[in-house]
Amino acid sequence: MTSPAISVEGLGKLYQLAHQSDRHTSFREALTSMALAPLRRFRQLRGTDTSMEDFWALRDVSFTVQPGEVVGIVGRNGAGKSTLLKILSRIAEPTEGRAVMKGRIASLLEVGTGFHPELSGRENVYLNGSILGMKRREIAAKFDDIVAFAEVEKFLDTPVKRYSSGMYVRLAFAVAAHLEPEILIVDEVLAVGDAEFQKRCLGKMKEISEGGGRTVLFVSHNMAAVSALCSRAVLLSKGRLELDGSPTEVIQRYLIPASFDAGTGVDLRSAPGRPAGHVAVFQSLRIRGASGSAMTSLLPGDTVTLDLGLALAAPLRSPRIGIGVNNARGDRIFAVATYLSPQPVERIDAVSTVQVTFTLPPLYPGRYTLDVSLSAEDGNFMDQIESAAAFDVLQDGFLGSTHPYFPEMGMVLVPSEWHVTAASRVDSGARPVDSLLSEA
Amino acid sequence: MNQIATVSSETIIRPRPGWIAIDWRELWDSRELLAFLVWRDISVRYKQTVLGLAWAILQPVFTMLVFTVIFGNLAQMPSQGIPYPIFVYAGLLPWMFLSTAVGGASQSLVSQQALLTKIYLPRLFVPAASVGGGLVDLGVSFGVFAILMAYYGVVPGWGVLAVPFLILLTLVASLGVGLALAALTVTYRDFRYVIPFMIQAWMYLSPVIYPVTLVPAKWQLLLAVNPMVGIIDGFRSALLGTPWNLPALAMSTACACVALLFGLFYFRKTERRFADVA
Repeated sequence: MTSPAISVEGLGKLYQLAHQSDRHTSFREALTSMALAPLRRFRQLRGTDTSMEDFWALRDVSFTVQPGEVVGIVGRNGAGKSTLLKILSRIAEPTEGRAVMKGRIASLLEVGTGFHPELSGRENVYLNGSILGMKRREIAAKFDDIVAFAEVEKFLDTPVKRYSSGMYVRLAFAVAAHLEPEILIVDEVLAVGDAEFQKRCLGKMKEISEGGGRTVLFVSHNMAAVSALCSRAVLLSKGRLELDGSPTEVIQRYLIPASFDAGTGVDLRSAPGRPAGHVAVFQSLRIRGASGSAMTSLLPGDTVTLDLGLALAAPLRSPRIGIGVNNARGDRIFAVATYLSPQPVERIDAVSTVQVTFTLPPLYPGRYTLDVSLSAEDGNFMDQIESAAAFDVLQDGFLGSTHPYFPEMGMVLVPSEWHVTAASRVDSGARPVDSLLSEA
Repeated sequence: MNQIATVSSETIIRPRPGWIAIDWRELWDSRELLAFLVWRDISVRYKQTVLGLAWAILQPVFTMLVFTVIFGNLAQMPSQGIPYPIFVYAGLLPWMFLSTAVGGASQSLVSQQALLTKIYLPRLFVPAASVGGGLVDLGVSFGVFAILMAYYGVVPGWGVLAVPFLILLTLVASLGVGLALAALTVTYRDFRYVIPFMIQAWMYLSPVIYPVTLVPAKWQLLLAVNPMVGIIDGFRSALLGTPWNLPALAMSTACACVALLFGLFYFRKTERRFADVA
């Protein structure tokens, strides 16, 4: 066994979250704070100072990556993915632990870092390439490939500020794709650009990892990309490493909350999808299908009822409760909310169960996740949970066809009827073109 | 590609408390990046303005005219027997370089946050490129100065050989102050409002519009703690043949070097927090 390309040992990153007074983003505040320091020191000694709060964005994360492996990093917002990538890219310094990386590292946390709008495409390729760590002659040698990949030959001497956003992204990714690092760190960059180009990027990334035996760390919310590209995946949850395993295993854990119980629904009191520091208002979520009993498998057109258990400090007037439904790729498909309903909820008690009923749209079969959020009338978030629960939409011949339906065909199923009218004959319900024209 | 050469490189990422040494090797390895950043600063500056390169001529010439009318003619400021326009222009040469460089360097990190939060590169290069970008302007100003000298019939002596040293000294002082202010501005955002005032005050503490000889001799050495005192006085001696004030120049040289060392180390010390606070 060769020595690992990346080995991470007990990595942690501490942020100090300041409450109200103790945040010196301005020099004036820093001076004021310096003047008040003795007082604060005194309070700290007495233990009455609550203005600073420690927040571990990442804690105790250890894993190793062998050369040539493509590892997906999966987790909800705030799970620590970006922090991990920033530490491994040497952008931020860890608070504890260490990481050893062997080989030339390139990180791609943003497409087109350092692009200057006033400079031409050609100039930006050199500038960006250099910022990404390429040597001048390396860029010169790959210049034609980069331009061909981005398909911007005609606009090479145009300032990039005149580029369409698609061209801009294509050029920026093309530069990055032609880096030849031994370790490539990529964050969510594929979330931009059109579908066709995303496919090419995925292809290029696959080529990078397979062709050169390169090690790739890849953060994505796009589970399809993770399962297509990665040989292994790591699930982060609230700054800690929750699971290190095969992509299928990790994606499954990511999509289905571990605390699921068919009878009572999902216990939301310590849901991993809730941003750190939020008070848990949502207590439980139960999905009920057409029959009225709890289930997680639904059919298009089903009447679905969600029971949301809430616990607040006090009754709340005009609560704004929203539920968003996402497909397995993380795209929001639809949302239902109190404020989108003709009869908004006027008030909820401190402890209550809120029910919402809707008709399930004809969704493409697969797994869907639910995000829930609660905000007060003034718009302040009181609680929010990403992927609070999940359900499956089953295929039940909704379209009445035996032909398989693929995701490429679209996200909703639409039943259709087809009729053919011969040009010379008049069928019922369809008239020849000339008779329509003469009426106009 | 030459992967054999780099395959053995190992990066260790861990917390580094205290002062951090400068990684000269890394800076040398990525020197091309510095060149690209300097080139970008220069080409963007001239692409964005309508006047382009003419700006580099107009700015010092216009300042010189205003100063000549106000301080030379109205206030009758002494100028060591040299026509006031070229006297003040010789002072403006290093001063305008320094004020543009320090102003640009101090904003460079805040205005290019993506370079701090989205990528790793030797961050020293970002303010350093802003300083280096001013060299073209300086060259253009020198061209204008040559014309002025010819017009006033001033022939420089051997002292002109000291000009490269004085330019280097100006670079050292600008870089030192620029690095420290860049690091401070990232952490304390309102510093950017302080800097223009600081630069203005600094100009009046420097002998741009007046000769150093206006200050009593015993105070001159103390005044030269400000590197610009020795530099501006040196520029006048080198170009216009005024007597050299070597103690002041030595003092200013020492202080410029201290400023650079402080700037480098302060920058390195705060650098690790840039991505967290930017």
